[in-house]
Amino acid sequence: MKGMTVIVKKVTQIVCGIIFLYGIYIIIHGHLTPGGGFAGGAIIAGAFILLILAFGSEFLALKKEETRSSIMESSAILIFLIIAVLGMVIGVGGVFFVNFLPKGTIGELISAGVIPLYNIAVGMEVAAALLTIFLALLIYRDEVLK
Amino acid sequence: MELLLIVLLVLMIGGAIFSLEAKDLLSAVIAYGIVGFGLVICFLLLQAPDLALVQIVIEAITLIIMIAIILNSTREEIKTKWPKTIVFVIGVFIFIGLFLYFFNRTTGTLSAFGEHVMRMSKAYILPGAGKTGSANLVTGVIFDYRGYDTLGEATILFTAVIGVLTVLRLKGRK
Repeated sequence: MKGMTVIVKKVTQIVCGIIFLYGIYIIIHGHLTPGGGFAGGAIIAGAFILLILAFGSEFLALKKEETRSSIMESSAILIFLIIAVLGMVIGVGGVFFVNFLPKGTIGELISAGVIPLYNIAVGMEVAAALLTIFLALLIYRDEVLK
Repeated sequence: MELLLIVLLVLMIGGAIFSLEAKDLLSAVIAYGIVGFGLVICFLLLQAPDLALVQIVIEAITLIIMIAIILNSTREEIKTKWPKTIVFVIGVFIFIGLFLYFFNRTTGTLSAFGEHVMRMSKAYILPGAGKTGSANLVTGVIFDYRGYDTLGEATILFTAVIGVLTVLRLKGRK
């Protein structure tokens, strides 16, 4: 895939980081404001897709990126499961998915126990999964079309 | 608000029918975008910003992926021949009749639009913030009351990625 004009590249350089930060904000504030892991992860994946569309696939070493995002996606779901199992080991009553951390006051950034950690794990999962699908469609396009 | 929702739903149904009938696949995909972005406005009108946020991002990304796929493959629809026998026509009419009958029967017992019974959801809404500690009740329900559900969704996403990689690597591997 070829890159686009200089105007698109320059605007992408300015906007891309802001979109990435907005995705992180949506994930971290998932237990306070609308949004959460799914929406924030999709926004982060959108920032990377915008970068690839604007600069073209020759500019970025896509094969390495695909391996990394695949590893990231597999480890994210592992983190999610490990936090869930920790509830069984540490938490009161020994139940899967129990909220074992102190809850704190409602409305503060660090509150609600393990819910923000679940949000971060799901955000990593969604971002890496959408990016991996997009990268796989780009990388294997030439071989499939033959 | 109900009138606005009806107008939006009619627009969405029109877009869906056009995307089924369009000759050019690119215009079919763009017309399909009407359905997704109409759904975003419906969610905003029904006061569900969580769903609207997810829907608008996912809709944009899937639209990009589908357009990229269509630009790399054929733009013309592969024609399929529908059987035009009498059995086929009779079967379609029987199916429509059964669908309308059961639809009428099930919706007759429901309460009116916007006046749902709060018997079950009271147990989540009233003590929800205190029990989970999360100010956003949707996140509290997703990750605390419905933890298994979220684990299933994450597993489905993981399986989808593995499926895409497997199918594409079948021919792409050297």
